[in-house]
Amino acid sequence: MHGHDHAHHPALQHHFSTMSQQREAGVLGMWVFLLTEVLFFGGLFITYTLYRMWYYEAFAAASKSIEITPGLINTVVLIGSSLTMALSVRASQTNQRKATVNWLIATIILGSVFLGIKVYEYADKFEHHHVPGPSFQFASEHGAEGAAHEAAPAEGGHEVTMGPDQLQRTTQIFFSLYFVMTGLHALHMIVGIVILFIITWMAHKGRFDSEYHAPVEMTGLYWHFVDIVWIFLFPLLYLVERHN
Amino acid sequence: METPVYPAHNYLSNGHGLKSWLLTKDHKRIAILYLISISAFFFLGGLFAVGIRLELTTPQGDLFQPDTYNKFFTLHGVIMVFFFLIPSVPAVLGNFLIPPMIGAKDLAFPRINLLSWYIYVIGGIFTLFAIVAGGVDTGWTFYTPYSSASSSTNVAATALGVFIAGFSSILTGLNFIVTIHRMRAPGLHWFKLPLFVWAHYATSLIQVLGTPVVAITIVMVFAERAFGFGIFDPQRGGDPVLFQHLFWFYSHPAVYIMILPALGVISEIVSTFSRKRIFGYSFVAFSSLAIAVFGFIVWAHHMFVAGITVYAAMVFSFLSFSVAIPSAVKVFNWSATLHRGSLSFEAPMLYVYGFFGLFLIGGLTGLFLATLGTDIHLHDTYFVVAHFHYIMVGGAIMGYLGGIHFWWPKMIGRMYSEFWSRISAILVFVGFNLTFFPQFVLGYMGMPRRYHMYPDEFQVLNVLSSGGAAVLGLGYLLPVIYLVYSIKYGEVAGNNPWGASGLEWRTQSPPLTENFLEVPTDIPEAYEYTPKVIREAKLV
Repeated sequence: MHGHDHAHHPALQHHFSTMSQQREAGVLGMWVFLLTEVLFFGGLFITYTLYRMWYYEAFAAASKSIEITPGLINTVVLIGSSLTMALSVRASQTNQRKATVNWLIATIILGSVFLGIKVYEYADKFEHHHVPGPSFQFASEHGAEGAAHEAAPAEGGHEVTMGPDQLQRTTQIFFSLYFVMTGLHALHMIVGIVILFIITWMAHKGRFDSEYHAPVEMTGLYWHFVDIVWIFLFPLLYLVERHN
Repeated sequence: METPVYPAHNYLSNGHGLKSWLLTKDHKRIAILYLISISAFFFLGGLFAVGIRLELTTPQGDLFQPDTYNKFFTLHGVIMVFFFLIPSVPAVLGNFLIPPMIGAKDLAFPRINLLSWYIYVIGGIFTLFAIVAGGVDTGWTFYTPYSSASSSTNVAATALGVFIAGFSSILTGLNFIVTIHRMRAPGLHWFKLPLFVWAHYATSLIQVLGTPVVAITIVMVFAERAFGFGIFDPQRGGDPVLFQHLFWFYSHPAVYIMILPALGVISEIVSTFSRKRIFGYSFVAFSSLAIAVFGFIVWAHHMFVAGITVYAAMVFSFLSFSVAIPSAVKVFNWSATLHRGSLSFEAPMLYVYGFFGLFLIGGLTGLFLATLGTDIHLHDTYFVVAHFHYIMVGGAIMGYLGGIHFWWPKMIGRMYSEFWSRISAILVFVGFNLTFFPQFVLGYMGMPRRYHMYPDEFQVLNVLSSGGAAVLGLGYLLPVIYLVYSIKYGEVAGNNPWGASGLEWRTQSPPLTENFLEVPTDIPEAYEYTPKVIREAKLV
């Protein structure tokens, strides 16, 4: 048995010798988990890359049909939530219980705003029949009533070769990826918010101090990761050929 | 030597009743939970194999409908790969042994360890549901577009089961990586670690890096089936070959998830029963890492005839050959360890001798398949079936069984019947060869896999194979009987019945919940079998 000579921190689990060993194990575990996450999303990114190379026109046209403003707001909201998260980690390390709780609540609010806007965006896709499947409509809408969005398929440097029929088929790949990627990202946000609630409650109960704050730190790592995924998703999904 | 006494206080006596097991955070009890559940899946998977071998005793398809046969080989594959082989050595032996081997009280995350078992069980329930609801017929590889669009069987439930079980594997790997980095006893540096731990470290890397890729692939297939999305759907421009790339990016390394921990077991047993330090310790250690790395860059050798370019095929063929190098390093070093060792022939070592023969044949026939020209001829024949069974059954299961026999006295504190265990080791070896060697010949002669009927001239070899399977099945059933019997009636084993040098043998059998009364401080070199050590530690 270790450490009979000094008092144990109440949060020290029996199988660790010291608080620093416990903290280092937790943080390393979180990094390994994030490595797993990178490869999880990596499978989607490689799929996206391949199809974007094959069907660039369809990707450009489909991307242009997405309203850019909600995505832009969400990007700002999410970066803001990473800031509040980082501030709560800092506050927990410096024994500021009240500030820790407040910054965590701010993070929860920003995360929820992001999800709210995402719901609006999904509803918009349903309305415009941009959900892949039997009722999917792309080419015809953009041929006939293209007023709602900038309709013209990719112009400029790229040769227009895709007929409406092919566009109708291959844009479904884009929107399939759009929903899987943003859907999984949103799922990670929901999980993150649930964890944030638990951490906030723990912080409120005064469980954290300068010696024991690993849970806040690990939640922070996770939250920043989810944020970074969005930083990649936003340009890949919203900004394909916005320049013309 | 005085007669050992069964210790009154140990991890098995610390808490009684179902609740003390289902809510345990003790890595040793979780290992036992895994042992019970993967054994159940092993025999269920074996049942489907019995069906396959029965059907194939006659050239006509007279026992099952073709559709039923498809479900049998699919379920055999799914259960054996995802619910037995992948968790087998790591979740049972790794779970039980890594903490005591490194002088720790538990894995770094005991609750996550228990969670991983529950996730495994939930994944298993989904798959069992798929079986009860009528089965699944895609083959264990779930190739699109058949799995995503055409098959009317329970693909979604099975895929979800595999997806969920994958997270159990990820969490086990994550736990091992952190444990090996952060929980080693003071003074136990990396090059004093048993090779079993090195092998598990390499395995864990694959679990953590590979499994998420197959998980996301399954998500995409699931999205196609459930929501009508089109990612691999050729009608909408999707590419089924992309699915194969993503699938094999995990599923080839997954072969090394199955075999690497078994190779770690072999290192421990060879050294113990040769009474010699393993020859070329650091080479064997790094060869595990090399196998893990090479494992990630050879996946397309499963796809030589799937329409990849000839240049890609040449590169992947070349890289596949390179896996032979670290594998050969291991085999040569084990052979050199045996050379002039004081060899003995207890049951664990019999499994290892068997393993050498089977792993060698399995490895060398892999080279036939890595060769582009011969692979065109042998692809999707019984040659492939025989090859991967030599690795995954002849290699991984022989290692697993050898390990179970080696550490059973540590896990339970009692010895099993020496006589019956030797009989079963021999039955497994003979039965295995009888089952699968004829399949090399069948495949070479052109019998394709996954068909429930065949031309008459193949019958003799198929009957041999089915007969061998009966012997093999007996060899697998025997241990269940004598091991379970030993739990109550076996002789008390004592701390170190084999005279082995590892840290895990220094504590009592079965160990205390915290493994050691005091964290070990005088850490020996790995595999110290110098005469002085043997004398002082009374290893003989």
